[in-house]
This record gives sequence, C-alpha cells and structure tokens, in this order.
Amino acid sequence: MAVHFEDGGKRFVTQLFSKSANSLARMSIIIGVFTLAGAGAVGALFYRSPYYTNQNVVRSQPVPFSHEHHVAGLGIDCRFCHFNVETSAYAGIPPTHVCMTCHSQVWTEAGVLEPVRESYRTGESIEWQKVHRLADYAYFNHSAHINKGVGCASCHGQVDDMRLMFQNETLQMSWCLECHREPERFVRPKDEVFNMAWTAVDQKALGAQLVEEYDIQSKVTCTTCHR
Amino acid sequence: MFTNRPFLSAACALTLLAALCGCDQKMRYQPRYQPSDQSDFAAFEDHRTGRPTIEGTVARGQLYADTLLHTGKAPDGSDSSEYPFSITREVLERGQQRFNISCSPCHGRTGDGNGMIVQRGMVQPPSYHDDRLTTAPPGYIVNVIGNGFGRMFKQPQVTVRDRWAIAAYIKALQISQNADPAEVPPEVRDQATAATRPEAVKP
Ligand code: HEC
Ligand code: HEC
Ligand code: HEC
Ligand code: HEC
Ligand code: HEC
Ligand code: HEC
Repeated sequence: MAVHFEDGGKRFVTQLFSKSANSLARMSIIIGVFTLAGAGAVGALFYRSPYYTNQNVVRSQPVPFSHEHHVAGLGIDCRFCHFNVETSAYAGIPPTHVCMTCHSQVWTEAGVLEPVRESYRTGESIEWQKVHRLADYAYFNHSAHINKGVGCASCHGQVDDMRLMFQNETLQMSWCLECHREPERFVRPKDEVFNMAWTAVDQKALGAQLVEEYDIQSKVTCTTCHR
Repeated sequence: MFTNRPFLSAACALTLLAALCGCDQKMRYQPRYQPSDQSDFAAFEDHRTGRPTIEGTVARGQLYADTLLHTGKAPDGSDSSEYPFSITREVLERGQQRFNISCSPCHGRTGDGNGMIVQRGMVQPPSYHDDRLTTAPPGYIVNVIGNGFGRMFKQPQVTVRDRWAIAAYIKALQISQNADPAEVPPEVRDQATAATRPEAVKP
C-alpha cells in the first residue's frame, strides 16, 4: 500500500507497509468472515439448544408423577386426567381430587404421595412445575388440533414411556410450521388421537384422505398464531 | 479510520441490534396470567389465578335450573327413569367412549367391577349386573357420578350430558350382558360373541 503526498509540485511516494501486510490484510478479512459466521452458527446452535428451548429437560416435581406408570402400566386414558383437552385451548393439569379418586384407596401409605394427601386435606394446590411454555406472543389451542386429528404423540412424543415429563420438541415456530405447511404428513384418524402406540400403515394415502374428510387447512398466515 | 462514516453507522446498528436480544424476556412472559399460573395478588391467599366461585353466587352459564338434567332426580325427588333428552345411537356411542375413559379403570370394560385399578388394590365396586343395579333407574347412576357413592369419589369433571350418556350406555351394557343369544339377529351373532370374549377386549 502506498501513500501519496502532494508538496509544492513535488511528488513523494512512501512505502508505509511491508509487502507481507497484503497477505495479512487478506488473512484478517478471511478470519473476520469466519469469526462472524462462527458466531452466527454458535448463536443458532444456542437458539436450538435445550438450554434455550428446554427440550428434553426434566423438571423436578413435588410428586414424582409417572406417565409411564399410569398410562402404559395402568392403561388410563389421557382424558381421565386432562379432561379439558378436547374442548378448550388448555389441556390443563388435573386437580388433586382426580388423583384422590384412586389414591384415597391405593398406595395410601406411600410417602411420595404425601403432598397429594396434604393438598386434599388443606385445599392448597400442588405446585406442579410447568414443562411446556410457549412465548406469550404465540397463541396455541389444543382443541383445534385434537378435533382435526393431530395426535398427542405428534407433539408430546411417547408420553407412555416418560417416567418424568419432559418437552419432546423445541416448540419453536419452525417446528409448528413444519406441520402447518404439510399437515397431511402428520394427521391421523380422530379415534387414534389419544393412542400412544398408533402408527400409519400408509401415511401418504391416509393423510390425503383425512385432509379431505376433516377439511384440514394448511394455516401459515402470521395471524393464525400471533393474534 | 474511525472517521469512516459507513463503518461507524454499521457498527452502531450492529450494537443496537445485539442489544435487542435483551428485549426477548419481557415479550416472552408478559404481565398477564394464563390458567394455572400463580397469582401474587395478596388477597388471593391460595395463589390461584382461576378463582373459585364465591359462596352464594352463580357464575354465568352455571345456573342449574334443570333439576332432572343436573341431578337425575324426577320432580317427586326419586331417581328418574326418564332421560332429559332422547337417546340416539350417537348418544350411546358417546356414552361408551366416556365410560371407557372415566369408569372402566375401576368398573372394567364390561362393568363387572374388575378394572385394572381394582387389580392393583382399589376396593372392588359391585358388578353392574347385580340385580340391585340392573333395576336401578338411569337417574340413580347420574346421581352416583355427580355425588359419589361410599368409597367412590364423585366425578365432577364428567359433564352432565355425558353423565346421562354414560347412564344410558350402562343400561345397554346390562341388557347386553344378560342377553339371550337367540334374540341376537343371526347376521351379527358372531360379531357379538367375539366382542364379549375377554381377550378381544382391549385393556
Ligand atoms: C393419572 C393422571 C394423568 C394421566 C392419565 C395423564 N396425565 Fe399428563 N399429567 C398429569 C399430571 C399430574 C401432570 C403434571 C406433572 C408433570 O408434569 O409430570 C401431567 C403433565 C402432562 C404434560 C406436561 C404439562 C406441562 O407441564 O407442560 C403433558 C404434555 C401431558 N401430561 C400429556 C399427557 C398425555 C398425552 C396423556 C395420555 C397419554 C396423559 N398426559 C395422561 C396427569 C396425567
Ligand atoms: C385411575 C386411578 C389413578 C389415578 C387417577 C391416579 N393414580 Fe397414581 N397410581 C395408581 C395406582 C393403581 C398406582 C400403583 C400402581 C401399582 O401398584 O403398580 C399408582 C401409583 C402412583 C405413584 C407411585 C408409583 C410410581 O409411579 O412411582 C405415584 C407417585 C402416583 N401414583 C401419583 C399420582 C398422582 C399425582 C395422581 C394425580 C394426578 C395420580 N397418581 C392419579 C392409580 C391412579
Ligand atoms: C399440535 C401440538 C400439540 C398436540 C397435538 C397436543 N399438545 Fe399439549 N401442548 C402443546 C403445546 C405447544 C403446549 C404449550 C402450551 C402453552 O404454553 O401455551 C402444550 C401443553 C400441554 C399441557 C400443559 C398444560 C397446558 O395446557 O398448557 C398438557 C397437560 C398437554 N399439553 C397435554 C396434551 C394432551 C393430553 C394431548 C392429546 C390429547 C396434547 N397435549 C396434544 C402442543 C400440543
Ligand atoms: C403435527 C402437526 C401440527 C403441529 C406440530 C402444530 N399444529 Fe397447529 N394445527 C395443525 C392442524 C392440522 C390444524 C387445523 C387446521 C384447520 O383448522 O384446518 C392446526 C390449527 C392450529 C390453530 C388454529 C387455527 C384456527 O384458526 O383455528 C392454531 C392457533 C395453531 N394450530 C397453532 C399452532 C402452534 C402455535 C404450534 C406450535 C407450537 C402448532 N400449531 C403446531 C397441526 C399442527
Ligand atoms: C403455526 C403458528 C405460527 C405461525 C403461522 C407464525 N408463527 Fe411466529 N411464532 C410461533 C411461535 C410458537 C413462536 C414462539 C416460539 C418460542 O416460544 O420460542 C413464534 C415466534 C415468532 C417470533 C419471535 C422470534 C422467535 O422465533 O421466537 C417472530 C418475530 C415471529 N414469530 C414472526 C412471525 C411472522 C412474521 C409470521 C408470519 C409470516 C409468523 N411468525 C407465523 C408460531 C407461529
Ligand atoms: C376410582 C375407581 C372408580 C371409578 C373411576 C368409578 N367408580 Fe363407580 N364405584 C367405585 C367403587 C369403589 C364403588 C363402590 C363404593 C362402595 O360401595 O363404597 C363404586 C360404585 C359405583 C356404583 C354403584 C353404587 C351402588 O349402589 O352400589 C355405580 C352406579 C357407579 N360406581 C358408577 C360409576 C360411573 C358411572 C363411573 C364413571 C363416570 C364410575 N363409577 C367411576 C369405584 C370407581
């Protein structure tokens, strides 16, 4: 690189940098680009990491309630406990009364169930820790999905295998959209929504048929979920 | 070098953009409650955001003026043998579905009182096919669901219409379990015997 001075008509040309500065400059541009890209990639990784999304993170609960035990072991339907899921936006966490329909008679001495009995005696709620929580600027509705044949397992995974509940998906917008763009890849007959073991024999044919039958739309406008 | 204007403004813009990330949290969790959030309002000692109705008041849509529908009682106070709405095939199918969800864990799919929870230590309920219960009117069953019976807890989460649908289904179940095979139309007889065989009944 050279710097030009203008001085009384005379012209000097001085060499300020050595030749190697050229490659240094090129190097620094390349390093800069890589650092930026790297930072972007790390950012993206972080954004998708369980640390940020809470995916697969198990939360400690006041009672170590096991879906595996109650759903797979005892064959209890989701709706025995999450009885609002078909009619409301929120699936809801069962009130203590529901646990006590059985635990007033079964495992009445078990220490792990003491918080349940105490809650029943005193009327204070059990403080279940939320496992799923969308950002408040997104709107979600369970009944809209259940009544169009989207199975619990499509979003919550194999709940019947979970000793303790965890979030099976990222719950990020891209995940919602993956299905909203092509619902035919995921929908199932309404009878099978609560069945954890159901798998399609031929999802392509079935999906197309159900989309027709249930009048399922591909809803991707922003106002579907940001209202 | 730092008098380079485009560079300076680009740097400023980047810094501001980076700062925007910090805004996420407040938009994410806005100052409003969702069902089952905890309330920090001092007057709500139980910290529930979903408030129970205050004693002596009736919430909109929760006026139970229709005694028959809501309690299963006839005007004279006895258990009603009349249904508050007509029992169609759809109602029976709904009743079957709800029975399998809410009652079968204890009462068993056929109503014999041998459900999965009973096998794990729940007190055994009487079979629905005992004489006393086959003669009980549907209003009695509606009443048991709403108020409980002995060691059976009430099931308030079952909606009133579903209680009647379940009652109708139990009545049908009682007839089916004591049915004379000769009365079954021959074209569905095989189907019927297959369905009552225990191994064909899903757990
Ligand atoms: C015996 C009652 C019971 C049954 C049956 C049941 N659940 Fe649950 N469920 C609970 C309780 C209690 C919690 C709260 C504690 C926890 O998160 O583990 C819960 C939590 C959940 C959560 C997480 C909620 C959150 O905090 O975000 C999901 C998802 C869920 N259940 C799905 C299901 C599905 C799907 C089924 C049917 C296959 C089912 N449950 C059956 C009682 C039940
Ligand atoms: C329909 C009946 C039923 C309901 C409702 C029910 N449970 Fe259970 N639960 C059982 C039975 C039966 C067992 C014992 C299983 C066995 O013996 O194999 C059990 C066992 C347990 C155990 C100890 C065993 C384990 O899984 O580690 C816990 C804790 C428990 N239940 C919590 C709860 C809570 C909390 C609720 C309310 C959300 C609840 N249960 C609702 C039937 C029920
Ligand atoms: C389309 C995806 C999807 C399906 C299908 C689905 N869920 Fe959820 N579920 C979610 C999301 C997303 C949340 C978090 C909602 C929030 O934070 O507002 C959630 C939350 C929950 C919760 C916590 C309480 C609440 O309502 O926020 C429970 C319990 C639950 N789901 C149970 C179920 C059950 C049972 C089924 C099947 C009948 C089911 N879900 C089907 C996506 C789904
Ligand atoms: C596995 C598939 C699937 C996933 C995942 C999914 N959805 Fe849906 N969603 C559907 C289907 C199918 C419908 C029904 C469309 C219709 O009404 O025709 C629907 C409908 C909705 C509706 C109601 C639209 C209306 O106007 O009635 C909302 C809101 C919604 N979804 C939000 C979400 C959000 C938010 C997420 C992510 C957290 C999500 N969905 C994830 C399949 C899915
Ligand atoms: C199917 C539902 C759905 C649709 C349609 C949708 N979004 Fe989202 N969006 C979400 C959910 C869910 C989140 C929150 C994710 C979370 O909790 O981290 C979100 C988050 C966002 C965010 C915050 C950044 C982020 O990723 O968390 C922006 C910005 C956004 N959406 C813009 C849009 C725009 C613009 C559109 C229309 C082109 C749109 N969304 C359509 C569900 C949707
Ligand atoms: C948690 C187990 C359990 C569940 C769930 C349950 N029951 Fe029961 N039920 C019992 C027990 C135990 C008895 C016997 C109570 C006693 O004699 O103390 C009983 C008794 C009854 C009786 C007979 C009352 C009599 O006169 O002897 C009827 C009718 C009945 N239940 C109907 C239902 C219906 C309808 C449902 C579903 C909405 C249901 N039950 C759900 C455990 C259960």
